[in-house]
Amino acid sequence: MNPRWTLLKRNLLDFWQTFRRNRMGLVGAFLVLTAVLAAVFAPLLSPYTPTETMRDAGGRALTFAPPSVHAPLGTDDAGRDVWTQLVYGARISLTVGFLAGFIAMFIGSLFGITAGYFGGWVDNLLMRITDVLLVIPDLPLILVLVATVRQLDLKVSPLVILVLVIGLLYWTSTARLIRSQVLSIKERQYVYRARAIGAGNWHIVRRHILPQIMPLIVANTVLILSTAILIESGLAFLGLGDPTQPSWGTMLNFAFDRNAVTNGAWWFYLPPGLAIIWATLGCVLLGNVLEEMLNPRLASHHLEGEQSIVTHPPAPFPAREGGVAKSDGG
Amino acid sequence: MNRRDYLLRKIFFSLVTLAIVVVLNFVLFRVLPGDPVRAVIGRNVRISADTQQALREQFGLDRPVFPDQFLTALGQWSRGNLGVSWSLRKPVGEVLVAKLGNTLLLIGLGQVLSIILGVALGLLAGWKRKTAVDVGALTFSLIAWAIPTFWLGIILLAAGSTWLGLPTGGIVSPSNVGKPLYTVLPDVAHHLILPTLTLTILYMGEYMLIMRSSIMEVLGEDYILTAKAKGMSHWQVLRRHALKNAMLPIVTLIAINLGFTVSGAIYVETVFSYDGLGKMFQTALVKQDYPLLQGAFLLLAVSVILANMLADILYTYLDPRVKAA
Amino acid sequence: MTSLPLLRVRNLSSEFVTTDGTVARALDDVSFDVHPGQTVGLVGESGCGKTTTLLSIMRLLPVSARITSGQVLFNGTDLLGLSEADMRRCRWKELAIVFQGAMNALNPVMTVGEQIREAILLHDLMDSSHATRRVDELLDMVGIAASRRDQYPHQYSGGMRQRAMIAMALACQPSLLFADEPTTALDVMVQAQILELLQKIQKLLGLAVVLVTHDLGVVAEVCDAVVVMYGGKVAENGPVDEVYNHPRHPYTQRLLEAFPDLNRPAGSLATIPGTPPRLNALPPGCRFAPRCHKAFDRCHIEAPVETGLGRGHTAACHLLEKTEAAK
Ligand SMILES: Nc1ncnc2c1ncn2[C@@H]1O[C@H](COP(=O)(O)OP(=O)(O)OP(=O)(O)O)[C@@H](O)[C@H]1O
Ligand code: SF4
Ligand SMILES: [Mg+2]
Repeated sequence: MNPRWTLLKRNLLDFWQTFRRNRMGLVGAFLVLTAVLAAVFAPLLSPYTPTETMRDAGGRALTFAPPSVHAPLGTDDAGRDVWTQLVYGARISLTVGFLAGFIAMFIGSLFGITAGYFGGWVDNLLMRITDVLLVIPDLPLILVLVATVRQLDLKVSPLVILVLVIGLLYWTSTARLIRSQVLSIKERQYVYRARAIGAGNWHIVRRHILPQIMPLIVANTVLILSTAILIESGLAFLGLGDPTQPSWGTMLNFAFDRNAVTNGAWWFYLPPGLAIIWATLGCVLLGNVLEEMLNPRLASHHLEGEQSIVTHPPAPFPAREGGVAKSDGG
Repeated sequence: MNRRDYLLRKIFFSLVTLAIVVVLNFVLFRVLPGDPVRAVIGRNVRISADTQQALREQFGLDRPVFPDQFLTALGQWSRGNLGVSWSLRKPVGEVLVAKLGNTLLLIGLGQVLSIILGVALGLLAGWKRKTAVDVGALTFSLIAWAIPTFWLGIILLAAGSTWLGLPTGGIVSPSNVGKPLYTVLPDVAHHLILPTLTLTILYMGEYMLIMRSSIMEVLGEDYILTAKAKGMSHWQVLRRHALKNAMLPIVTLIAINLGFTVSGAIYVETVFSYDGLGKMFQTALVKQDYPLLQGAFLLLAVSVILANMLADILYTYLDPRVKAA
Repeated sequence: MTSLPLLRVRNLSSEFVTTDGTVARALDDVSFDVHPGQTVGLVGESGCGKTTTLLSIMRLLPVSARITSGQVLFNGTDLLGLSEADMRRCRWKELAIVFQGAMNALNPVMTVGEQIREAILLHDLMDSSHATRRVDELLDMVGIAASRRDQYPHQYSGGMRQRAMIAMALACQPSLLFADEPTTALDVMVQAQILELLQKIQKLLGLAVVLVTHDLGVVAEVCDAVVVMYGGKVAENGPVDEVYNHPRHPYTQRLLEAFPDLNRPAGSLATIPGTPPRLNALPPGCRFAPRCHKAFDRCHIEAPVETGLGRGHTAACHLLEKTEAAK
């Protein structure tokens, strides 16, 4: 469904080799870890609750108050502390992103292994489904799906709908990736041997195939998380989040709807966006390093480094057949 | 592969996808919602049970869902009859057509700019792999990838309107509506700067990545070494042998990326209150105007599928390996 | 040979730096001569550095490789000392190459004729209309109808593509042609035709050719001199008659013992037990020692040097140094 990160991944893989991949990985891990820690320890990071309105001495709400000692990131249109919303928002953004990512990873791996291992019509069907999903524009499809589900009045949290819709739509690239890996593993000697001694399919998948592709699945999951977090923020911005449990995207939806821009309240709309970038960038960096470790890429192309080809210390040696006049070299 | 077979296969695939979209649309809007009458006339309209029954018959909702209702819907859609928008009280088809031009203008501008810049930059990055240009280009696309589109829009909106005095939204200032063209056009251009910039930054990273990996793949081919052995300079090799080969996949990838382009338009039009399909899609969503939503989805999906098919056909003209035979 | 050599390769060494940082010494002290109009066979097992030798001479190695020392004297000029621009002018006009496995050596989106024409125009040999006529001549020379000039490579069969490559290589009338296994991946009938064509052209144009091949029969038939390589070094080098009748290096002896062998498919070398050395973990001493049936103590400690055996015949083996010294 999403060819974008396949592409990003491919380019970054190449890039990584030389450019201090481990440091990039560390940065990625740091970004992800801090975001997760902020989410987990949100109550410890702020003396307020996200819905609490801050008031001045006279009891009036401090709306759009710029950053101060009391509110390091200022307040929103209703006088609520932005920093507090940000750390509590991490809980929603990351939970939705992670759950959706895991669903996508699970479905993708399941289909990928099935298609790769059994081949035949299962494989064919899977490939056609992913082809179709690739050409249907994803955002309109999601919006329409969410709108329809909401119309059904199912009495579930909008967040659950988001998790399901994202998870159920973004598994195709994982499936393709896993499939091609399984295809190559299937051809290896020990799988033949295992089959020859009468091992069942389930046994082979569990003992021989899964352990081989597990690292790939892990790396891929981290990458999918970044997509899921991004998509969630977009949908929430368009008003599909849960207003009672604001994620970073929902915060931006509020900020935009309530004219934070025209009010000059940059402390309201900058932090949530930076937080989204923080988390997505962390996942991408981490995921790419993980994947590169598993799957190093090849060397160079023919137009690289014109002059570095020759290092020429003119080795003195006696011209045996007499000196030949220097031609102009062509 | 034989060109006719190739084309037939691509066209067949597009038709199947089209069919899937149409069925999906039908299922989502006609079958899933509890009360089909509500789905057609709107949720908050008060009507008597008799009227409801009359409407049910008028819309054929008393007949079986399949095949009768499906075929009726199909007939209506193919004639451009997409129902009536609840919120605007106008035929959906009419509303869509009115917005289409604006969106095409915005997307078109963004695409052209980003393709030119992205392809050039990607070419340079792939050629001068692992140099400062490459690192810079990749860092740019990495960040462009991680930035939420709408947030980039908001930032540019804030910065552009505060520091450059650019308009915060719309296509034309209200005071200029109805004025002669020479007043309106500069004003429209003024309004287009920020949304176009947002889309350009967004798409550019994409095209850069595509071009970078494409050119690197091509530069690893044997015929590039042959060209070098002939005595061509890097620049000559690039221009005469690598460029066309590297651009070929771009045609297909641009088409595949169209879905992503559409997402960009929805966000950007929303942020800049730009009066196009994307903004309308978002409004329909907020107002729960299902006929409008359904029509817009159908239009967008069909356009993207057709564009993909066009790209496939175009490809057969560009690549001699498919063209001949 | 009394004439001055056209190409003198002297002590050429090249290495690859692999991604894990180790250095593979792909060429070590390679020296040989090519005289005008002569055909030199370059033989050796896969991975012994034949292609690397040709690419080093033409300065077309990938960025991961570097030439560490040596000289490549072409008509007396050291190619390694030329500026990149001078080297570009020299390529194709003086030295042309037909690459190994040339299936993908033609640009798929350009007509064959255009690719040949391009080489002519690039070196400013004639104007555009003459160049087109020249393309037809060249195609005719290699047995391709001029009517197929404007077709694309995928419309050609494998043999025709190889012929087109040869036509392209001749476009600027080079004095030296490198043919890197020009017949691999072709079927036997076509292989014979291509070799015949090369021979014909070589005679017709008085071209010097360096022919890389795995087929000792071809060398015996086509070549004047042969260079036997092993593990990035020249094992034995000399006129074909000399080397075939009196092989002095144990490696060459082993190769020729099995020759002529009618049971072995053409185009493959005799198999010698063991594997060639890994270039990033070379044995100390003689590179052939682990597989040599005549190896003795010294072979594992000290590398042999090239020894002249008279009549342009040289070989690098301790056994020969001994006999030479004893003389
Ligand atoms: N791009 C490269 N990177 C690293 N090592 C390389 C590269 N190209 C060649 N080598 C190494 O250099 C050595 C010589 O390779 P070369 O291609 O010259 O062999 P060859 O004699 O032409 O073999 P073949 O008969 O298979 O063509 C090989 O051992 C190979 O592993
Ligand atoms: S030097 Fe020793 S090991 Fe090497 S070829 Fe001669 S006898 Fe064999
Ligand atoms: Mg070779």
